[in-house]
Amino acid sequence: MLDSITNTEPKIVAKNVKAWFASKQILKGIDMAIPKNQVTAIIGPSGCGKSTFIRCINRMHELVDIARFDGTILLDDQDVYQSNVDPVLLRRRVGMVFQKPNPFPTMSIKDNVLAGLKMTGRLKKSEAASIVERSLGQAALWDEVKDRLGEPGGSLSGGQQQRLCIARSLAVDPEVLLMDEPCSALDPIATARIEDLLNDLRESYTIVIVTHNMQQATRVSDSTAFFLHGELVEYGKTDTLFTHPTDNRTEDYITGKFG
Amino acid sequence: MSQQTIDICGNRGKLGERLFHVGCWLAILLPLTMLVVLVADVAIDGLGRLDWDFIKGFPSRRAHRAGIWPALWGTLWLVGLTALLAIPIGVGAAVYLEEYGGNRRLANFIELNIANLAGVPSVIYGLLGLEVFVRIAGFGSSVLAGACTLALLVLPIVIISAREALRTVPYGLREAALGLGCTPWQMIRRIVLPMALPGILTGAILSVSRAIGETAPLILVGAVVFITFTPEGVDSQFTALPIQIFNWVSMPQKGFMENAAAGIVVLLITLLSINLVAILLRNRFQRQKY
Repeated sequence: MLDSITNTEPKIVAKNVKAWFASKQILKGIDMAIPKNQVTAIIGPSGCGKSTFIRCINRMHELVDIARFDGTILLDDQDVYQSNVDPVLLRRRVGMVFQKPNPFPTMSIKDNVLAGLKMTGRLKKSEAASIVERSLGQAALWDEVKDRLGEPGGSLSGGQQQRLCIARSLAVDPEVLLMDEPCSALDPIATARIEDLLNDLRESYTIVIVTHNMQQATRVSDSTAFFLHGELVEYGKTDTLFTHPTDNRTEDYITGKFG
Repeated sequence: MSQQTIDICGNRGKLGERLFHVGCWLAILLPLTMLVVLVADVAIDGLGRLDWDFIKGFPSRRAHRAGIWPALWGTLWLVGLTALLAIPIGVGAAVYLEEYGGNRRLANFIELNIANLAGVPSVIYGLLGLEVFVRIAGFGSSVLAGACTLALLVLPIVIISAREALRTVPYGLREAALGLGCTPWQMIRRIVLPMALPGILTGAILSVSRAIGETAPLILVGAVVFITFTPEGVDSQFTALPIQIFNWVSMPQKGFMENAAAGIVVLLITLLSINLVAILLRNRFQRQKY
């Protein structure tokens, strides 16, 4: 389905991706190529498998002991499910922002940003300050917190916490950023800030954002995929998909007939 | 449709409410009274005997010259070694069950068995300790054998409470750490354990409290009653406060009864101080948590 998107090279290619929780099949064979340095939105009703799909990309799906996976996911042409791939190292290239802001409560704002590097023993002391400033800057949080870096991460507002989590993901310098409904716990103003942010981030990162907010998809994404019951129903340029959907089910969903 | 008006005056349920309230109040009063009676009783009998000579003294056939020094040291050695053995092993087991356990059903089955172990009489642990540590491992009737036995005894409590504490760490934080490219061990060490530490320490406090009061297993592994030295190392012979107290209680002379009462006061104070230290330690960690 890539041809219908753009001519840009794909960063991630999913081939016949199937996923299960115990005997319940969540994904029923997804084929999808995600273009590099663009924002790709995945929309669909609850339980359609959109979160599971992005969790397959960074191999977080397999952390649940009843989870099963089948298929191929290529990151820059390399199969991330090959036996010699270490999921821990994969996740350093494919970062993730979660639905609920989850800063580490035992750490200060600064330590939260540095957490990924610190915990994995990769932080050079001399670089700490510049990494904190750069990451918080990228997450559009620097100006709000630069005078209180030592305060606990939990002292920030919900929207600030989520941007802190984005900064924390960016600090480990990933290539891909997976975002699992990052604004669903935020108010409209905080949401707008994060959406603005995505615009800037696409230059350096490949972003996949799961959202159940269709307006958000139209605002932030270059292409959009519509998932339903574990299948990829339609995938195309965001403008086209929302104005001229080719599949009836897509049309019904985006016009609010169900979902 | 006509609306029915509810009469808002009345005494419905008031009596039951009262009774329940009083019942709960009695439930707290009863154990408190028993504790006060116990403490008052031993204090009245023992405080007169409690002086520096008694604390620093060694056992003697004459009641007024007998002291509790070796037993006090024996208990401190036992408690220290027990904590040193039981806490790392217990926390390790809990981390395995909770974080690596994989098969949840198996982990729960193991926990059920551990919970059952917590109910095994301490005499049985004493027999086990006698066979395994004193004889097979060749520790002899040493303070190490005693501590190993007590560690086994309290291990279930440590494991269960540590597992409870690990469970209180939100799953989202584990995901966040793993999503940043942490290995499971890095996640456990830097996120999960620091957050679970207060709960783990609570379990440790409970278990150490239990270890201090245990008598039967120590008698079985061969704690001596009449001892004229304090432990010099893990291979020393030893006695402990509850054993000393038990010994004095079983003496016919009245003077030893006073000694026993004074010994109980020392035991209670020791228990209280050790718990206090642990609680202060826990609060310190809790305060670091935002």
